[in-house]
Amino acid sequence: MSVRLTRRGLLTVGAGTAVALAAPALAQGAPGRVVVVGGGFGGATAARFLAAEGVTVTLVEPNTTYAACPMSNAVLVGLKPWEGQLFGYDGVRRAGVTVVHQAATAIDPGVRRVTLADGVALPYDRLVLSPGIDLRFEALPGYSAEAAQAMPHAWKAGEQTLLLARQLEAMEDGGTVVISVPPNPYRCPPGPYERASLVAHYLKTRKPRSKLLVLDAKDAFSKQRLFQAAWAALYPGLLEYVPLAGGGQVTAVEPATRTFVTDFGRHQADVANVIPPQRAAAIARTAGVADRTGWCPVDPATFESRLVPGIHVIGDAAIGGAVPKSAFAANAAGKACAAALAALLAGREPAAPKLINTCYSLVAPDHGISVAGVYRPNAQGLFADIEGAGGTSPLDAPPETRALEAAYAHAWFDIATAEVFG
Amino acid sequence: MTVLRLAALAGGLVLILTTGATAVAAPGALASPGTLAPPGAAACSGCHAPSPRTSSVMPAIHGRPAAEIAAAMREYRAGTRPATVMDRIAKGFSEAETEALAAWLEAHR
Repeated sequence: MSVRLTRRGLLTVGAGTAVALAAPALAQGAPGRVVVVGGGFGGATAARFLAAEGVTVTLVEPNTTYAACPMSNAVLVGLKPWEGQLFGYDGVRRAGVTVVHQAATAIDPGVRRVTLADGVALPYDRLVLSPGIDLRFEALPGYSAEAAQAMPHAWKAGEQTLLLARQLEAMEDGGTVVISVPPNPYRCPPGPYERASLVAHYLKTRKPRSKLLVLDAKDAFSKQRLFQAAWAALYPGLLEYVPLAGGGQVTAVEPATRTFVTDFGRHQADVANVIPPQRAAAIARTAGVADRTGWCPVDPATFESRLVPGIHVIGDAAIGGAVPKSAFAANAAGKACAAALAALLAGREPAAPKLINTCYSLVAPDHGISVAGVYRPNAQGLFADIEGAGGTSPLDAPPETRALEAAYAHAWFDIATAEVFG
Repeated sequence: MTVLRLAALAGGLVLILTTGATAVAAPGALASPGTLAPPGAAACSGCHAPSPRTSSVMPAIHGRPAAEIAAAMREYRAGTRPATVMDRIAKGFSEAETEALAAWLEAHR
């Protein structure tokens, strides 16, 4: 171990920094080493806020650049530049976090150690997993990583986002776009409907003879009344929504012809966007913190796994109860988890957390809608809505309110990403 | 309740320290998250930037007088203040929670 560390210059520096940080951490009454796996909205936030508490923290994230999913629907249709989605980790380092760009390949909860792809082992007192999601290609017959070249998912921001954008751009006026939406739960509940809205806006303004078909595996969805009212007002005859009850559930896809198969028929697309079923990312299953549903049950007071002690799961991978799988919620959970861990490491009882979520969706460039919630743990050990709080934007709000919420959607993104990566 | 009172107390203490720091004008000081942040308080900075360096259509609330923040939250809760989303969020906090939150926000900028 020490040989390996001294052979690698970077890691020697990392280890030295860790030792140097440990002393003041002890003085501040927050001893302990925390490893955070996953440098997105949840993990990078948790790492920064732990460092601010005086905890020695290492963030493990394979990518040197993070591509943010929120607002990537606006990128798809040319309303935002792709570069605005990209964030590095210099700000996280400046906040006192040791950032290691490696994949975590194994976790031994018995000896509390994470092994990285390069063989280095990181010991921890507490581990935070914020690994995000994996796409369950195998859950949809005909779909695969290869098929996603012909029928992009664009559900993890990156090359897939740009691929779907290029396909939309290349489509001739008069073409048919089809978006398929999975059953719950999945990352970003209103995301498919925001995407449908913005694609409809793109078609209306650029390729007005085209059609958009949305095939949904469920009958009810986030901000449904607001979306459907906006669709009727803005995109009549252009956007057709087919719920589960109308035969919307896609049972297979045929990538060679970009065809969606349902129990009721077949739909061939010129541009096909398959949003497949999902589960917690692989490292969560490796660590043993995912249950049979594919997601990770946690104690909402501390985010500690119900299955493996010493491992805390935040973000989209966790079973959040009423808390949606959103970047806002992951950011809020990152802070609450950091506070809980600082307390636990100092031998104090963590305070019962309260989370807030606010999700904005754009249904047109100047038309934003939102859903909000305030949550606390309930008697069943899940985050539950505080009754009387939260809900969606009013159905009858004036255009000025919609414009304001569209501006807030962009402002939220700028502020949240500055807090996480700035 | 004990936790809340503790949090409010801690907020008051930090306030004194922060005022001192402001007098010396420490630029770019980030809000310290603080273990004793009252429940929900840390989530505010998801939309309201704690540092004035970020200009935004979202109003800054960190460092504003606690009485002002608590009064605004009370009006949001009652539905008497124009709102887009804050009326929905304010209803998730009791008066005691709101006051603890407001004290913490005043102290953290």
